[in-house]
Amino acid sequence: MSTRETIDFRKQVVEEVLEVYPEKAKKNRRQHIAVKDSECSSCAVKSNAKTVPGIMTARGCAYAGAKGVVWGPVKDVVHISHGPVGCGYYSWANRRNLAEGEIGVDNFVPFLFTSDFQESDIIYGGDKKLEIIVDEVIDLFPNAKGISVLSECPVGLIGDDIESVARRMSEKIERPVIPVRCEGFRGISQSLGHHIANDAIRDHLIGKGPAREVGPYDIGIIGDYNIGGDAWASKKILEEMGLNVVNIWTGDSTLEMLQNGHLVKLNLIHCFRSMNYMAKYMEETYGTPWIEFNFFGPTKIKESILKIAAQFDESIMEKALKVIEKYEPLMQKVIDTYRPRLEGKSVMLYVGGLRPRHIVGAYEDLGMEVIGTGYEFAHNEDYEKTIPALNEGTLIYDDVTALELEEFVKKLKPDLVGSGIKEKYVFEKMGLPFRQMHSWDYSGPYHGYEGFPIFARDMDMAVNSPTWKSIKAPWTK
Amino acid sequence: MRQIAIYGKGGIGKSTTTQNTVVALAEMGRKVTIVGCDPKADSTRLILHSKAQTTVMDLARERGTVEDLELDEVLVEGYLGVRCAESGGPEPGVGCAGRGVITAINFLEENGAYTEDTDYVFYDVLGDVVCGGFAMPIRENKAKEIYIVTSGEMMAMYAANNISKGILKYAQTGTVRLGGLICNSRQTDKENELIEALAKSLNTQMIHFMPRDNEVQRAELRKQTVIEYNSTHPQADEYRELAKKIENNKMMTIPTPLAMEDLEALLMEYGIMEM
Repeated sequence: MSTRETIDFRKQVVEEVLEVYPEKAKKNRRQHIAVKDSECSSCAVKSNAKTVPGIMTARGCAYAGAKGVVWGPVKDVVHISHGPVGCGYYSWANRRNLAEGEIGVDNFVPFLFTSDFQESDIIYGGDKKLEIIVDEVIDLFPNAKGISVLSECPVGLIGDDIESVARRMSEKIERPVIPVRCEGFRGISQSLGHHIANDAIRDHLIGKGPAREVGPYDIGIIGDYNIGGDAWASKKILEEMGLNVVNIWTGDSTLEMLQNGHLVKLNLIHCFRSMNYMAKYMEETYGTPWIEFNFFGPTKIKESILKIAAQFDESIMEKALKVIEKYEPLMQKVIDTYRPRLEGKSVMLYVGGLRPRHIVGAYEDLGMEVIGTGYEFAHNEDYEKTIPALNEGTLIYDDVTALELEEFVKKLKPDLVGSGIKEKYVFEKMGLPFRQMHSWDYSGPYHGYEGFPIFARDMDMAVNSPTWKSIKAPWTK
Repeated sequence: MRQIAIYGKGGIGKSTTTQNTVVALAEMGRKVTIVGCDPKADSTRLILHSKAQTTVMDLARERGTVEDLELDEVLVEGYLGVRCAESGGPEPGVGCAGRGVITAINFLEENGAYTEDTDYVFYDVLGDVVCGGFAMPIRENKAKEIYIVTSGEMMAMYAANNISKGILKYAQTGTVRLGGLICNSRQTDKENELIEALAKSLNTQMIHFMPRDNEVQRAELRKQTVIEYNSTHPQADEYRELAKKIENNKMMTIPTPLAMEDLEALLMEYGIMEM
């Protein structure tokens, strides 16, 4: 198929898939789906809008964004899921944000704290219970550097005053108690939860820590949650470049790192969607500059290393070039091994934050092509950054529904699908290679020079597994 | 068994009217239960002769959960065998009183508070239908009959009209009906005629005009109903009459709430509001 034919075919696919919807839903969904076509000037994708009721969405809620994404990885803070037990329990330990430290001493990431609301807490309010919990937490874990209170829906409905509890208890335990108003019913996806979580950092932590001298090469990483050790892999490159990574937000991070996030020469933002608010705030308020970077796959890593080094003096650039020189041959070996096995294979992605665009380069390094991609909760500026990175004819879908994604996959026939746990078994049962691209499927890291060989191995393992030849539904034989 | 809910503006005299009327029904030999649906828990004091009884929610809070309660701890028999329960709930400004009402009513139902020999259950509900919890008594399979206590005062009539809107919502999807307005007189101008007219506009009746009499206050000070305090007083007979009217009431309607302009026009017609 020529590029033109491919574009026309995929546009046709979109129309066919949308055909099942009632008129109003069809009209709505059509705005969220596009095929990249340079001849089409109005091929924008609508995003950050309310999900059509009745369709199956993969989106989360504000609580998921605040607790699951932003606050959860902060390791020396105890995070209280404030409300009935389910929100806490089902968000417990299912994101692979790794953290170093002695569990229960300076690392509380593997734990779950919940106020386990009962009927009487709804009726009489949960503020007194929250006070008791804060006291108990400090009794049990005196080393906790602070406590975050993550509101679940009922807390907002009954109008509990967690701000005043937080203020009082903060004075009492002499460390920050941070109220986070991330009730799940707020907003249209987890995206508002990220924003609310950022605002809580702004209001309660930033600039309120023990100040420190800023060294000439001090930098921070913003929006890396250390999935499978990603932040450590990124840090390794930056340190070899002669930079000093003093803060990581929030993978493997500490409360003090959040307080001192502005005390660096430069902030590198990885997941723009979930933390751009604080990056911008630190720039406006403290003059701390920030830039985006991408450490997926050697091509993008090299670009990013040079871009970061250009912000510093010659000595850093020298080291940066040495880092590239050192690792490129190793990466070439990886490419030589896997590219012949993966060349020409196609991928469809559906993930969150930044991966639908950031990871495209890593696939391209392996000779693979991303033919479809989309975000759960992106905003317009995310798509504006994504579309230029894609090939002509790439299918772009925002807040894609279960039905749409399944049908697109059936019709576009990719060799690999990369999405989340909810999608995994659907596609595997269809006999399609699949990788979880939220959690790296219990593997990782995928960032940096350390991550790329693992990424390449995992993709090969999925695509070329002999399993797929053996599974065929009995009725298709 | 007839389940009846009493609504009306705060302070209009719902609890007083309910308890006095219930005692009149008990005098007629009826078996009646009162369920107070107000965190203030003042719906049963004239029957029990005490400040406030132990409420379902307060005891549930003490024990940890509503499952740990026994029915006889919260359902207490008072004057003339009238059985009393109070939902209870939080002090003003915290928590969710509506949820307390829901929990308490479910507890009473599930634990057999409404025995087969019960003739009437009266729900005495807090001021206005502010949220779903306070509409609990008129949901499916609960009170099918509602009386609104009002007076000739403008705000009491506004409230009666608003409550009718709430009833309309549940009447359209269920079997709840408006049984009438009870005018608890404040001795405003042309009060009787005005409430008659309001009732007509709302597609209902003024089931009784309750005159104002200080004997009610004298009885209340002694934590008693008028029938108990001074059985032969004319005011006692007024409550007996209301009880009989409720017992014989066949006029159950779906209300037709008024638009604000219509309500104001009504007030002007009766000279309450100047042009």
